[in-house]
Amino acid sequence: MTWLVPTLVAGPILAAGLTLLMGRRLIPQRIVTLATVGSVFVMSATLLWSADTSGPIVVQLGAWEAPNGITLIVDRFSAIVLSVSTLMLAAVLLYAIFQLGKDAVDWWFHTKYLALTSGVVLSLVTGDLFNLFVGFEVMLVASYVLLTVRSGPNEIRATMSYVVINLIASALFLVLIAVTYGLFGTVNMADIASRMHELEDGTRTALSLLMLAVFGIKAALFPLFMWLPDSYPTAPTPVTAIFAGLLTKVGVFVIIRTQTLFFDSGGPSTLLLFVAGATMVFGVLGAIAQNDVKRILSFHIVSQIGYMIMGLGFLTVAGVAAAILYMSHHIIVKTGLFLVGGVVEREFGTGALDRTGGLLRSHPVVAAMFLPLAFSLAGLPPFSGFVAKLALVQEGVGLGLWAIVGVSLGVSLLTFYSMTKIWGAAFWGEAQESVDRAGIGMLTVVGLVVAASIGVAALAGPLIELSARAASELLDPTIYIDAVLGSSA
Amino acid sequence: MTPVTLVVVASLFGIGTYLVLARSFARVVIGLALISHGANLFIFTTSSRTGSAPIIENGTTGLTDPLPQALVLTAIVITFGVTAFLLALALRSFLLTGSDAVEDDIEDRRIARLGTPST
Repeated sequence: MTWLVPTLVAGPILAAGLTLLMGRRLIPQRIVTLATVGSVFVMSATLLWSADTSGPIVVQLGAWEAPNGITLIVDRFSAIVLSVSTLMLAAVLLYAIFQLGKDAVDWWFHTKYLALTSGVVLSLVTGDLFNLFVGFEVMLVASYVLLTVRSGPNEIRATMSYVVINLIASALFLVLIAVTYGLFGTVNMADIASRMHELEDGTRTALSLLMLAVFGIKAALFPLFMWLPDSYPTAPTPVTAIFAGLLTKVGVFVIIRTQTLFFDSGGPSTLLLFVAGATMVFGVLGAIAQNDVKRILSFHIVSQIGYMIMGLGFLTVAGVAAAILYMSHHIIVKTGLFLVGGVVEREFGTGALDRTGGLLRSHPVVAAMFLPLAFSLAGLPPFSGFVAKLALVQEGVGLGLWAIVGVSLGVSLLTFYSMTKIWGAAFWGEAQESVDRAGIGMLTVVGLVVAASIGVAALAGPLIELSARAASELLDPTIYIDAVLGSSA
Repeated sequence: MTPVTLVVVASLFGIGTYLVLARSFARVVIGLALISHGANLFIFTTSSRTGSAPIIENGTTGLTDPLPQALVLTAIVITFGVTAFLLALALRSFLLTGSDAVEDDIEDRRIARLGTPST
C-alpha cells in the first residue's frame, strides 16, 4: 500500500512531461490527463480506506529514516481532503473537455493541470516543512500560468497582484523555515512537534503567528484575502472552478495541520475565532456589493473559509470534525457553483447580472442544478451545507461561544441574500438574448457535482463519524509523531 | 548569525519592501528579488557554525551544516524561475498598455468613480 503515496505525486508530474511530448495533439493529451487524474482519485480513495482502517500510512523516501530524510504521510485528515480534491479535479477536467467556445481550454491546458494536481497532492501528503514549500510552489507556478495563458489586459493585471502577493508569501515561508530550522535543527514536522515543548512560551507564540500569517495568505484569511476576489474571476471557467475549490483549501488544510500538530493550547483560541468571524463578515459584505456572478462567488470563497477556521478555533474533536466536514462539502459546492457560473456566462456571453435573465424558463435544468448548490452554500436544510453548519453551531453553543455563533448565523443569512441576487437576476427576470448554448456534456458534469454535494448530505451520518475519527487523530499529535518517528521517539 | 549578516538581511527586507510598494512594476520585481535574497540569506545564517566541506572521512570534525545550503539552493532556483515569469508578465503588460505602472484593480476604479464629483 505504501507505494501508492509517492505514485500520487510522481504520476501526475510524469504525465505532465508526457503531455508536453505530445505537442498540440489534443486527443492523446486528454486521454493521458483523464487517465492520470482518474487513477489519482482511485488511489486517494484506496488510501482513505486504508488510513481509516489501519492508521496513518508513512513513507520514508529513499529509505532515509525520519527525521533525516523526506517523509510522506497520509492520515485520515489528509486522505479525506485528498479524495475530495482529486474527485473535483477529475470532474473539472471532464467539464473542460466538454467545453467549447470562448472559454474553451486547448492544448496548453493539460500540462499545467497535471502539474497543479501534483503540487496539490504533494502539499497534502508531505510531512516535511520544506517539501511543503516545494509543493506550494509547484501548485502556484502552475496556477500563474493557467491564469495568464490568455494574456489579455485583464488577465495580466489580475495575475500581477496574485503573483506578487504569493511571492511575498513564499519569502515569508522561507523565513518561517529558517526560524524553524534555527530553533530545532530539523524541518521534519513530526520531529518539530515532538520537541515543541522545549520552546519558551513567547517564542512558540511568535512561531504560531508566523505560521498563521504565511498560510493565511494562501488560505485568504482576514485581513490577507484582498488578492483573491480580483484574480480568480478573470480566468477561463474550468481554471476558476478548480482554483476556487482547491487552492485556498490547501492553505486551510495546512493551517489545521500545523495548528493542531504543533500548538497544543487546550481550549478555544480567541485569535482564531476572531479571524474566523472577521473573514466571514468581510467576505460576505464584499459579495453583496458585487454585480457579476463569478465575482460574487469569489467573495463567498473568502467568507466560507471563515467557517472552517471557526471549527478549528474551537479546538475540540467535534469542532475540528465540523471543520473537516465543512471543507469537504465546500470544495464540492464551490466547484459546482463556479461551473454553473460558467454555464450562465456561456449562455449570455457575460456574467454581469444586468445582462442576464430568464434562465429559469429557457433552461430549467440549469436552474435545478443551481438551487441545491446555492441553498447548500447558504446552509439551508436538507443540503450538505446545513449539515456542516449545524455541526459547527452545535459545538459553538455547547462551548457557550455565542458571539461567533451569532456572527456565523448572520453571515449565513447574508449569503442566502446574495444567492437570491444571482437567482433573481440570472434565472428570473426578463429573458435576455442568449448567445450560445451549453452542451449536454457540460451540464452532465455539473449534474454529477450536484449529485456529489447531495451525496454529502445523504451520507452525513457516516461522514461526520469519519471526520470525528480524523479530528481525534489530529488533536492527539502523538499518533502522528509516533507514526513518523517510530514509537521509540 | 553575525551582526553584519543581520544588518544585511534587515536591509534587504527593508529596501525590498519599499520597492514593492512602488507604482512601477520594474521596481516591484527588483523589490521582490531583494526580499527573496533576504530570505535566502536568512536561511543560510541558520547553519550556525562554519567549517570544512561536509564530507565525512575517518572521523573529521568541524564540518559545516550542509542542509541550509541545500534548502537555499532549492529556494534560489524557484525564485529565479518565478522572477523570470514576472519579467515576462511585466513585458506583456508593457506591450499591452504602453506603460510600466501597476494598474488599479476593478474595485479601485469603481471607488474612484464614486469619489469624483458628478458635475
